[in-house]
Amino acid sequence: MSVLVPLPVAVSLLGAAVSLALHGRVRLQRALGLAVCIVATGTAVALLTIVQREGVVATQAGGWPAPFGITLVVDGFAAIMVTISTLMLLGCLVYAFGQLDAERERLYFHPVYLVLQAGVCLSFLTGDLFNLFVAFEVMLIASYVLLVLGGSQEQVGSGMTYVVINLLASTLFVSGVGLVYAATGSVNMADLVGRLAELPPNLRGGLGLLFLVVFGVKAALFPLFFWLPDSYPAAPTAVAAVFAGLLTKVGVYAVMRTQTLLFPGDGGPSTLILGVAGATMFVGVLGAIAQSDIKRILSFHIISQIGYMIMGLGLYTLAGLAAGIFYIVHHIVVKTALFLVAGLVERAEGTDALGRLGGFARRAPLVGALFMLPALSLAGLPPLSGFVAKLALVREGLALDRVVIVGVGLLVSLFTLFSMTKVWQRVFWGMGPSPEAVPPGARHGQATAPIAGGSRVRPPATMLGATAALVALSLVIAATAGPLYTITERAAADMLDTTDYLRAVLGG
Amino acid sequence: MTLVLPAVVGVLFASGTYLLLQRTLTRIVIGVSLLSHGANVLLLLSGLGAGEPPIVEGHTTPVRAYTDPLPQALVLTAIVISFGMTAFLLSMAYRSWRLTHSDEVRNDLEDRYLHARGGGPA
Repeated sequence: MSVLVPLPVAVSLLGAAVSLALHGRVRLQRALGLAVCIVATGTAVALLTIVQREGVVATQAGGWPAPFGITLVVDGFAAIMVTISTLMLLGCLVYAFGQLDAERERLYFHPVYLVLQAGVCLSFLTGDLFNLFVAFEVMLIASYVLLVLGGSQEQVGSGMTYVVINLLASTLFVSGVGLVYAATGSVNMADLVGRLAELPPNLRGGLGLLFLVVFGVKAALFPLFFWLPDSYPAAPTAVAAVFAGLLTKVGVYAVMRTQTLLFPGDGGPSTLILGVAGATMFVGVLGAIAQSDIKRILSFHIISQIGYMIMGLGLYTLAGLAAGIFYIVHHIVVKTALFLVAGLVERAEGTDALGRLGGFARRAPLVGALFMLPALSLAGLPPLSGFVAKLALVREGLALDRVVIVGVGLLVSLFTLFSMTKVWQRVFWGMGPSPEAVPPGARHGQATAPIAGGSRVRPPATMLGATAALVALSLVIAATAGPLYTITERAAADMLDTTDYLRAVLGG
Repeated sequence: MTLVLPAVVGVLFASGTYLLLQRTLTRIVIGVSLLSHGANVLLLLSGLGAGEPPIVEGHTTPVRAYTDPLPQALVLTAIVISFGMTAFLLSMAYRSWRLTHSDEVRNDLEDRYLHARGGGPA
């Protein structure tokens, strides 16, 4: 059983090494990448079923017993995250086959992509604070390379912000680990649970806040989100979609993990975290409304949506956390799908500035439908997955009498709907852009002549297929919301009651 | 415990933060590497007992006279990572210089857009 735990990481790293050796043979690299992603996804699904059946599974690297060696742990939350992440990485890889230009794909795209997968999986699986830092760095260095691959001026410019802000957060992370070790003498998370509880409350609170800031930068929480909308749109779509769907959610995962396991507070709803959640939602959606090209709009929506996940953490009850986890699952799928659709539009029209687009649904009705479903789901319209996720959060918020955050959440949903209808109206409806309707501030200032005619657009099958599969997955999430919610509820129960986790890691 | 090393951490963090807030990329890169040096020294300090050997020979040595080896192992990893990151940053700064022939960080896109619309200083 426990052999499976490190497998998603090991397979990805091994695959990356082999893929590096296959440099120049793009077909072999593609096949290898696909195989590795499929194996990782299969392992993740197996882990999820094992965790459902047997509870938390832990494995000790090198057989060193828990507080001394590096521990890898899968509990419900980690298993859900690994499963959904590997699924997304698989989908985006297939999409990338159609989207990437040959030059970029030759430039080490495949090995780096697999390293990214290893980093993401390890971040979810590790049970060791320092190892979490290493996992983050593995994931981030891969993301830096993917972001600037190709090295255009726009990419380097926006990549710089991304790299520097993340390095700053990593520096704080190392300092935090150092302080925790100085205070407790351990970096094993399960071991830390007892040791941190013995610390004076103000010291523990300070450490907790430091980690909230560190992971808040990675998760793009208010007020640490400013780097995100500048950096994500510069990447090629398949990469931007992975970033949008996964990377910030790794941060959210780390926030939820550390705040529940290591710094649990006093057990009730946390006004600080709820306040951060509300501000994140609200500022994010206001930013989205002000933007005028699709990828930037979607990037601001990532920020806004993260507020909802953190709201689940802020409520800090079984139902609240379960709803938060459900929201993460829903959001990863829907957000990735929306970015992929934006990529389809951009590929066909040569731009993603709203002012230069129009009438796309007429020429590619299927793409229109593929945008419509996740967009409405993002806004939370029934019966889509976003509705289920928001309903669960709102119900729990009302049950706890947290009326303000519920009000903000509902208002932000309305704004999200407004922003999505704006995209729909400008991009998919109408006859097409008039040549003079080009705003002065439009990004992608290259001279791309607006396409005049009603010619049909046919995106490559891999791109369309991957997008359609993700949209279908979001529908499946909505349809199977009941059983899925049971799984997230069990994961939330494991987070609130850590005895299982501690027993699996420390034994006895 | 000596105060020298904590003071070094403080100075490294302060000067790193100052450099990070500059507009030229090379200064930012140096700032980032100073910051990570500061964090590494801090991590090393968490083991306490500076100057003692981390490995105890035999069982005769008194327990107090050794340094916790774990932070040293951790800091080794952290140093390698920050070295790699600095190299990457430098190559990006170089690329940026090749592309724009300027070492300055450009204004934010939104700011430039607002400036173009006549919305005040950018």
